[in-house]
Amino acid sequence: MFYLPMKFVISVQASPQSPASRRALKFAQAVLSEGHEILRIFLYQDGVCNATSIPVLPQDELDLGVAWAEFIQQHQLDAVVCVAAALRRGILNTAEAQRYGRKASVLSDSWELSGLGQLHEAIQQADRLVSFGGS
Amino acid sequence: MAKSLLVISRQAPWSGLGAREALDLVLAGGAFDLPISLLFLDDGVFQLLPEQKPEALQQKDVTANLAALPLFGVEQLYAARTDLVQRGLGESQLALESVRILEDGALADLINRHDQVMTF
Repeated sequence: MFYLPMKFVISVQASPQSPASRRALKFAQAVLSEGHEILRIFLYQDGVCNATSIPVLPQDELDLGVAWAEFIQQHQLDAVVCVAAALRRGILNTAEAQRYGRKASVLSDSWELSGLGQLHEAIQQADRLVSFGGS
Repeated sequence: MAKSLLVISRQAPWSGLGAREALDLVLAGGAFDLPISLLFLDDGVFQLLPEQKPEALQQKDVTANLAALPLFGVEQLYAARTDLVQRGLGESQLALESVRILEDGALADLINRHDQVMTF
């Protein structure tokens, strides 16, 4: 079966503990392996907690934060975290931690903090928006 | 032509961040002049109740942000009649006057005529 390549934007709104976040990563991997393009991965709501590798998991469990970071690095993907949603959930990069006088910067290097305009812009460019973890 | 986005807001205003974060996405879209619509569905219709007195919960008033929607150019506002009726909310008491009330059959049409849909 032949499919025309499509441009996807993937939105993740659920926490890394949620099956929706695991499905989002599986879906993103499938998008690339089928020859399509990911314009942007965007984390919103509790999905912003996917952008840190700080949580410590039992060794025999999938560490989704690490898996996302590796996947994004490997494919050099555009990966954006909503800054407003991230700030209120403690997902800070070095600049934000300094700005607000917080002790820790926890955002993985693979991700960038930015605004909701980045989601709207990607939706405008993409053939498909697929969101995971909405209510 | 810009792609249209329908945001479906299904959470009650004080049940978490869903209502506020749905609204933030809609307002951001409005600020970029994008064709964006907002549908209040299920418990999301509770967002339309006036005089919610959120200060009792140390929360901010979402209705003030709702009132900002027309200022951001967001005029496609909808609510599901069945969900209003099931929760005892009358059309005349809603905090947003410009919201259009849709029958169940019209909900599918609304979703179908948008390019993209996100739910909260």
